[in-house]
Amino acid sequence: MVPEMVNGRKTIPYQGVDNYKPEGVFAARPVASCADYPRDGNKQVKDLKEALVKAGIKSGMTISTHHHFRDGDLIALRLFAIIRELGLKDMVWFPSASFPCHAPLIDYLEDGTIHHVEGSMNGPLGRYCSEGNMKGFGVLRSHGGRYQAIQDGEVHIDIAVIAAPTADTFGNANGLSGPSACGSLNFALADSQYADRVIIVTDNLVPFPCVPWQIQGNNVDFVVVEDKIGIPEKIVSGTTQITRSPDRLFIAELTAKFCETVGLLEDGFSFQSGAGGTSLAISTYFGDIMREKGIKARFARAGSNQFLVEMMEEGLVEYILDGQTFDLEGIRSMRENPMHIATSPFTSYNYHSKGNFAGMVDIVILGATEIDLQYNANVVTHSDGYLLHGIGGWQNCLFGKTVILPVPLFRDRIPVIVDEVTTFCGPGELIDVIVTERGIAINPLRKDLLDRVKGSALPIKTIGELKEEAERICGKPEKPRFTDKIVAVVKWVDGTVIDTIFQIQPPHQTNN
Amino acid sequence: MKGTAGNCGDSIRSDCFVSVEPATDPGIDIRLVSKVEVLYGNAIRSLCLDIFSYFRITNALVHIDDQGALGFVLAARLEAALKQVFPGDREYLPQMTGSSQSPTAKDRLRRSRLYIPGNSPKLMINAGIHGADGIILDLEDSVAPDKKAEARYLVRNALRSLDFGGAERMVRINQLPLGLEDLNAILPQRPNLILIPKCESASQLAEVDKIMDRLLPDAGFPVHLMPIIESALGVVNAYQIATASKRVVALAIGLEDYTADLGVKRTTEGRESLYARASVVNAAVAAGIQAIDSVFSDVGDREGLKTNIAASKALGFSGMGCIHPRQVDPINKGYDPDQEEIDRAKKIVLAWEEAEKNKLGVISLGTKMIDPPVAKRALRIITYAVKSGMLAANWREGNHD
Repeated sequence: MVPEMVNGRKTIPYQGVDNYKPEGVFAARPVASCADYPRDGNKQVKDLKEALVKAGIKSGMTISTHHHFRDGDLIALRLFAIIRELGLKDMVWFPSASFPCHAPLIDYLEDGTIHHVEGSMNGPLGRYCSEGNMKGFGVLRSHGGRYQAIQDGEVHIDIAVIAAPTADTFGNANGLSGPSACGSLNFALADSQYADRVIIVTDNLVPFPCVPWQIQGNNVDFVVVEDKIGIPEKIVSGTTQITRSPDRLFIAELTAKFCETVGLLEDGFSFQSGAGGTSLAISTYFGDIMREKGIKARFARAGSNQFLVEMMEEGLVEYILDGQTFDLEGIRSMRENPMHIATSPFTSYNYHSKGNFAGMVDIVILGATEIDLQYNANVVTHSDGYLLHGIGGWQNCLFGKTVILPVPLFRDRIPVIVDEVTTFCGPGELIDVIVTERGIAINPLRKDLLDRVKGSALPIKTIGELKEEAERICGKPEKPRFTDKIVAVVKWVDGTVIDTIFQIQPPHQTNN
Repeated sequence: MKGTAGNCGDSIRSDCFVSVEPATDPGIDIRLVSKVEVLYGNAIRSLCLDIFSYFRITNALVHIDDQGALGFVLAARLEAALKQVFPGDREYLPQMTGSSQSPTAKDRLRRSRLYIPGNSPKLMINAGIHGADGIILDLEDSVAPDKKAEARYLVRNALRSLDFGGAERMVRINQLPLGLEDLNAILPQRPNLILIPKCESASQLAEVDKIMDRLLPDAGFPVHLMPIIESALGVVNAYQIATASKRVVALAIGLEDYTADLGVKRTTEGRESLYARASVVNAAVAAGIQAIDSVFSDVGDREGLKTNIAASKALGFSGMGCIHPRQVDPINKGYDPDQEEIDRAKKIVLAWEEAEKNKLGVISLGTKMIDPPVAKRALRIITYAVKSGMLAANWREGNHD
């Protein structure tokens, strides 16, 4: 079931892969004149508050921020503290993603400063939303879907506040150096191009020119210097550790063996791999196989990290096309190595681009909280019904040539393979292979892969067999109970609504 | 009075902490906090009620702090806590599942035996996926002294419920005499093999044997023994220990304790334990059983592990312990003969069989003389290769093509 209206806008229900093609023209911001800007290029103002006031901030506006600082972001909280101080209400926060560090914004949702959040809601914010406490609907979009929504005018950003690790007073900015260095800034690219007003906030002002200009000063209205815009150790957070879990290492090794067996690891291949512990382990197993076979990858699409950088510097990978950078080694490499390139949702994921990179990748490794017997998968809610994760680039990456989901068969008793996913986020026709510690299931649509594993020692099972095995070990789970109140919708990459998330029914406290 | 069992804390997964107190009001008052409440809350409550009704307990207050424990874990924790306040001999046994059974034989391959701490359910659940020849549910050193009793329930239930993936089901009991109590709980669950730690004399084996004779009167299924030699005295008595019971199928050495006994440091090259290792191998071979090496304790050192396995194989050991699942594969591969050895053994065996047919005592292959011991060694490699699946049983047929 999909609601007709979401936050005052009419919605279009999901129509299948590649079927929905909207018409019309791209959205745009009002015409600007350089006569309105300082001829000497100096756009610096006193502080963020002054910049917001000069930008004409009003109640009900949509304000955007980016998530390149991940759990080390200080700017979103500072921004809404100023908005509260100004006595403004009913703002819409449009982040490219949220993190646990944003939990204090729940207070602002409570007192009406923020009306609702349009963006991924992780951890505490997700819980708050799931329990039905937010006024508007949460709207979950993929990274590509966010670009699409900005470009076709579904979301209009009134003011974009872009935290920038390095910037000049003209507004050129990048994430490559400075105390809050984070690598790329390209999750804020659309914001810089389409928002009515753009404010750069930096703690590392350099004389003009700040190069490379990941964010172009020509799109920027004001520049603000603050003491500290992020917490470095949380920007490059501890996610980039290869898993030490024996089960996950086992799954990673099995995934690499599968790729080798079906002939996906050939000279010049490409892969996409995240920064999760299992993904990292898979990349290192790829590395072992590549060394042994004497082959290299043409490119890797990434969240880059030290392990991928090592592979590139060893000559196993020619190019890194990097959407976000997860550690200092990744940042250094992006700064120094011309073969390590910052990509954006526009190049990689956007539905309104004339093609994008996602479909060009040979091997795509992704996760999921649940997968059903039709290979449909969920990444935003847990099996207990709570909204706890964003979509990230997940939906966009499904367009890769072979999409593999290495997942444990169950997590702390909770089966991953289920009859029906709690939230439908990705259609099974785009998901090719499920690798678990107890067997590999291949989507029957991929007859080629099924042929190529014949006679191999790989533990191939049907997805139904995997589900039964999980239920034999864990027991058959009950379903979460929801009220009929909608709390959020999940968008597909083309802007249609693919599923709806309902309010959790509080668990009954029976004590028998 | 309150009985408790299990583990809790931020890092605990797939386990629970349970407390049971007698209550004056009738009824079983269950206070459940579970991370899987929505999905399994009702299943957990009904399991709990079933257990209390089985033990005919009508008045109790039960707290369960659950981190996603499977049914057999919850049952073990509840029973362990409950028995502290309501003692009795009845046992609440989960159903024995088919996948928990494994084939066993006196001389089956025992290259890798994976240690799993007996009170850590998280590590047990997937122990069977890693391809170990044996899985040891350990009641001894990996279980804290105040957790010994509850671990026994958990290991008992694990033997009935876990999927061992075809690995031999092994249990390391505590040092005697505590280990004798372990046997009472464990033996009825049909483990394939019992490891007896810190063995120093044949009389210890006799004690174990006596209990096994009593508990396994019909001997419808074999339960093997693997004594672990971990002291200077044990090394001296290795042959007596190896031959003390017909149930002994392998003799293992534990070098951490052995080097401590000598008062020397355990080194990677292991010169300090050469005598002990050679003695154990010699005693085992003399007794017609397998010699099994100690664990390699640096999980991160993959190269060191390889060197260690090669040295161990060269000394005559046929397997070693694994303290981490990632050690299983290198150990299995390390003790297997390599392709070159197999190819050579095939040639020798074929030549020898041909020679026997022609009634020749000694023949040569290339420049090397082949006499009976050479042929015997080659035949052992072939037998091994067939058993470990590296060589088809009908390999001779292919050779005549």
